[in-house]
Amino acid sequence: MNANGHFVALEGVTKRFGDLEVLRRVNLTVEEHNVVCLIGASGSGKSTLLRCINLLEKVDEGRIVVDGEEITNGQVDVNALRRKIGIVFQAYNLFPHMTVLQNVSLAPRKVRGLDRETSREVAMELLRRIGLEDKANEFPDRLSGGQQQRVAIARALAMNPRLLLLDEITSALDPQLVSEVLNLVRSLTEVGMTMIIATHEMTFAREVSDRVCFLDGGVIYEQGPPEQIFSNPSEPRTREFLARIIEAGRL
Amino acid sequence: MHRVLQDFADPFYFRQVLPDIWSGFLINVHMMVIAEALVLVLALVLAIVRGLPGRGAKPFRGLAIVYTDFFRGTPLTIVAYAFILGVPGLRYAGISNYSNEVYGIMALTVVYTAYVTEVYRAGIESVHGSQRMAARSLGLSYGQAMRYVVLPQAIRRVVPPLLNDFIGLQKDTAIIGAIGVTEAAAQGQNFASSYFNFTGFLVGAVFFIYLTIPLARFTDHLIKQRELRERAAMV
Repeated sequence: MNANGHFVALEGVTKRFGDLEVLRRVNLTVEEHNVVCLIGASGSGKSTLLRCINLLEKVDEGRIVVDGEEITNGQVDVNALRRKIGIVFQAYNLFPHMTVLQNVSLAPRKVRGLDRETSREVAMELLRRIGLEDKANEFPDRLSGGQQQRVAIARALAMNPRLLLLDEITSALDPQLVSEVLNLVRSLTEVGMTMIIATHEMTFAREVSDRVCFLDGGVIYEQGPPEQIFSNPSEPRTREFLARIIEAGRL
Repeated sequence: MHRVLQDFADPFYFRQVLPDIWSGFLINVHMMVIAEALVLVLALVLAIVRGLPGRGAKPFRGLAIVYTDFFRGTPLTIVAYAFILGVPGLRYAGISNYSNEVYGIMALTVVYTAYVTEVYRAGIESVHGSQRMAARSLGLSYGQAMRYVVLPQAIRRVVPPLLNDFIGLQKDTAIIGAIGVTEAAAQGQNFASSYFNFTGFLVGAVFFIYLTIPLARFTDHLIKQRELRERAAMV
C-alpha cells in the first residue's frame, strides 16, 4: 500500500510512439483484491497501459506506483518488479520448444530459485487447478487455443504474482473456447486475485469487475462501477461505443 | 577415354596410392573436427555479442561487426598464408612455434567463425520478439531469456544451414594442404609429381564425397522434418 492507500496508482501517465500519443495523462488507481476492466476499441491504448505497468513499455511522462514503490523513476529492479506482476498475452506466447510442464516450471526454477522437484510440484499443482495435468508432457502445439491460454495463465500464476494483467486473452480464441478461459479467470476473482483486464467481453467485464474504465484515443473517458458504465454512462463517447457493441450483439 | 582412365583411375596406382591418401585424409578429418568445434562455440559468442542491447555494449557490437565483415570478405587462402607463413615469422614465443596443421586449423576457424556468426544471428532474429517479451515478463533476466527461450529455438532453426557451412569447411581443409600441410590433396599432388599419374586425386575426392554425402542427406532430412512439423502446426 502506498501513502494514498492504493495498491496500483497511475498519475498523469503519457506514452508516445514517435508523434503518436498512445496514452494521454492517464490517471488510474486499483485496490488490492479488486478487478478493473479496461474497455474500448482496438487502438485505444488498453494494451499499452498494461505493458507500462510491468515496464514492458517505458513511460514518457507521469508516474506509476505499485505496492508502495514508484516504478517509473528508472531505478527500480525490473526483474524483481515483474516477479510481482504477471501478464498474459492475447497470443499466449507459450515457449514452443518446452513441454507444458516446463513452460510453467521455468520461472519458478530460474527466477524464484526453487529446486527442480519443488518447481515441478508447483507447476503440477497449477496444472491440476486448470484441469490440464494430463497435458503436462505435451508440447504447446498439441493443445487447443483455449488450453494454451489456460497454460499461459498458469505460467503467470506460478510466480505467485500480487497483480495479474490480462491483455485481451480471449481475442484470439474461437468462440466455443472463450468460456473455458473466462471460467478460469472467474475462479481467480473468487480467490481475491488483483487484476487489470483489457477485454472485449462486455458481459464478462460487467460480471467480474469492481470498476470499468472506458478508453478512447489514449484517454480514460469514464470510469466507475460496471452498473453505471454499462447501464447509465455519462459520457457521449461511452454511449456511442456501447451502442456499437450492442449492435454487434456482444452485450 | 582410355588415357583419361589411365591418368586418373589406374587400378595399379590406386592400390599404391591408397595408404598415403588415407593417412593424409585423416589429417583433413582432424583439422575439420577441431575447427568445427571451435567455430560452433566462438560464432555463438560473437552472435550473442552482436545482439547485446544498450549503449554500453556498442563498442563490442562494433568489434563483432568489423570481425565478421573482415573475415567474410577475405579469401581463406590469404588468411591461411598469413597464419602458416606469417605467424611463425613473427617469432613470438607463445604463438610462433606451432605446426602448420595448427595454423591451418586457426585459419579455418577464424574464417568460418565469421560465416557461422551470421547464421546464428539470423536464427536469433527469427525468434519472434513476443517470446523474449513473455520470458522477461516472468522476471527472467536478459541472459536467462536468451539462454532458456531464445537460443534453444534459434539453434534448432539454423541446424541445416550450419551443416551446410560445415560441408564447405570440410572441403576447404584441402586449401590448407596447398599451403603446407600434407593432407589428402597434398598427398595426391606429391604422388602426381612423382609418377605423372593423377589417381591420387580421384581417391582423395572419393574420400571427401564419402564424408559429405551422409552429412548432406542428414541436412535434407532435418529440413524435411521441420517442414512437416510446421505444416502440422498450421492445421
